[in-house]
Amino acid sequence: MKQEIGLLTVFLLVFLYDIFMPKRTLSGLPVFTVVAMAVVTVLGFFPCCLGAADEVTAFGGMYFTSPVIAAIKGILNIGVVLVLLQSIRWANSDMIAIRRGEFYELLLVTLFGMYLMISGRHFLVFVIGLESASLPLAAMVALNKGKYESHEAAVKYILTAVFSSAIFLMGLSFIYGLTGSLYFDGIYMQLYQNYSSMLIFALAFVIAGIGFKLSLVPFHHWTADVYQGAPTSVTSYLSVISKGATAFAFLCIMAQAFGCVYHRVWEWMLYAIIILTITVGNLFAIRQRNAKRFLAFSSVSQAGYIMLGVIANNAMGMAAMMYYILVYVFSNLAAFGVIQSVENATGRTSIDDYRGMSKANPKLAFCMMLAMFSLAGIPPFAGFFSKFFIFTGAIAQGSTAIYILVLIALINTIISLYYYLLVVKSMYITPGEPEIATFQSAPGERLGLIVTVGGIMLLGIVSPVYNWLMELAQNSSLASWFIQ
Amino acid sequence: MEITAIYYLIPSMIMFCCGVYGFLTRKNMIAMLVSLELMLNSVDINFAVFNRYLFPGQLEGMMFSLFAIAIAAAETAIAIAIIINIYRSVRNVDVTGLNQMKF
Repeated sequence: MKQEIGLLTVFLLVFLYDIFMPKRTLSGLPVFTVVAMAVVTVLGFFPCCLGAADEVTAFGGMYFTSPVIAAIKGILNIGVVLVLLQSIRWANSDMIAIRRGEFYELLLVTLFGMYLMISGRHFLVFVIGLESASLPLAAMVALNKGKYESHEAAVKYILTAVFSSAIFLMGLSFIYGLTGSLYFDGIYMQLYQNYSSMLIFALAFVIAGIGFKLSLVPFHHWTADVYQGAPTSVTSYLSVISKGATAFAFLCIMAQAFGCVYHRVWEWMLYAIIILTITVGNLFAIRQRNAKRFLAFSSVSQAGYIMLGVIANNAMGMAAMMYYILVYVFSNLAAFGVIQSVENATGRTSIDDYRGMSKANPKLAFCMMLAMFSLAGIPPFAGFFSKFFIFTGAIAQGSTAIYILVLIALINTIISLYYYLLVVKSMYITPGEPEIATFQSAPGERLGLIVTVGGIMLLGIVSPVYNWLMELAQNSSLASWFIQ
Repeated sequence: MEITAIYYLIPSMIMFCCGVYGFLTRKNMIAMLVSLELMLNSVDINFAVFNRYLFPGQLEGMMFSLFAIAIAAAETAIAIAIIINIYRSVRNVDVTGLNQMKF
């Protein structure tokens, strides 16, 4: 509860600043938002301030928070601070300056929706969270009013978002008809007693609706277009924060509401989806030339790896998933930070434009290289450890089918090395004059890149981070819902 | 003749399928939006019917329908705003023209 209040305070402060401050001070709004959000983030990690010391429920059990949930919200907050840091220069550019306030307000509202999704223990709260996390995002995608691509991306996003949420609600209505409850634990109790094949139909609809938000494979067609057309700050927000929050909320739903039908209904659904997601994401990423489209397909395949934490269905899988999201926040935001500073300086987003970047802009090329190494999972960077832990968590589930799944994921990691290293090759090895002349990034972008690179290098080596998440996961009451 | 739950569920399922069909075949964005509305409204009917016939003692489904209606209205509002943007930019609301970005 306290974290939500903190976030709402930031939102109100930003809103009031945007409306009532004199016009010449408005260019300070981005910095103000970053500072306020950073304060909330730091306070959120201390149980005495905004964090959660023990488990709290509110609204008759519809809302639930615990140290684990406070931790995942803290991870999302870190990502939001980084996104905001990298967006300062873009938000103050001439095109966007007039809509600057809207960007920050909508962003904070969607974050609030994600908090509700993670904390909701009743499907009504979850749906409200899901919608308030996805509808304002459509407006954010359309923020770049002068650019045609932005409109096209927005219309693709909103139509598919509404379609998928209609499908999700249809599945939910059948679950209500089957169980007579919308509380997660109420559904669990009912399904524990009796179970009908109708549930397969209903759960397929529910997974399809959430799979859209996560861009899992049969539902991923919007991803590349939206990522390419949206402003880069919005793209990085969409690919990291929105995905991480939905993944954790998905885990909570699957464990708490449908945990008892794990083997009978949804294990094999998720099994097929994970294989498809990782493979198709990888294969399509190989042929992309636009850096944002490339990262879109890379994020599709990363979502498949994150889903391994859901199918693991144990405390270690949950801890590994949170750790994966944390590492993914840092690595993906490092890549997007480089793309953004190149785009802000020159307006170019093609991978071919990065040729010879190691000579013209060596620091940016170095950041991009680390991000690619981390996304691909090369030791000793953080991405290796996050993949290692999530595979271990999945294997701990114990069945032979999961062993095969992890093997397929492992083979796909090797395929993904190819296209991640293509970017590094074009920056470091391909001969020729640099495409882009030397330029200076903005201070916010540089600070964001320093933090992300520090995270990539340190998170894997500093083991207390993972130990902390593991301890939280094992002690939480969420762990008691897993079937083992 | 007694009207049982199935008399409501079948029309609502037909509505839902019409919505899916319309969404997939229509080229005009406003018509696609109408199809989406059909799908969302069939969900509301489902919730109300399940609540009334299967669990008459509670109000959870009815409340959910109310919230779903509000959410559907918000979705339509923002979709129409974006469609107006598109219209200003290309003077057309035909989805087949929106294919500048593809793989």
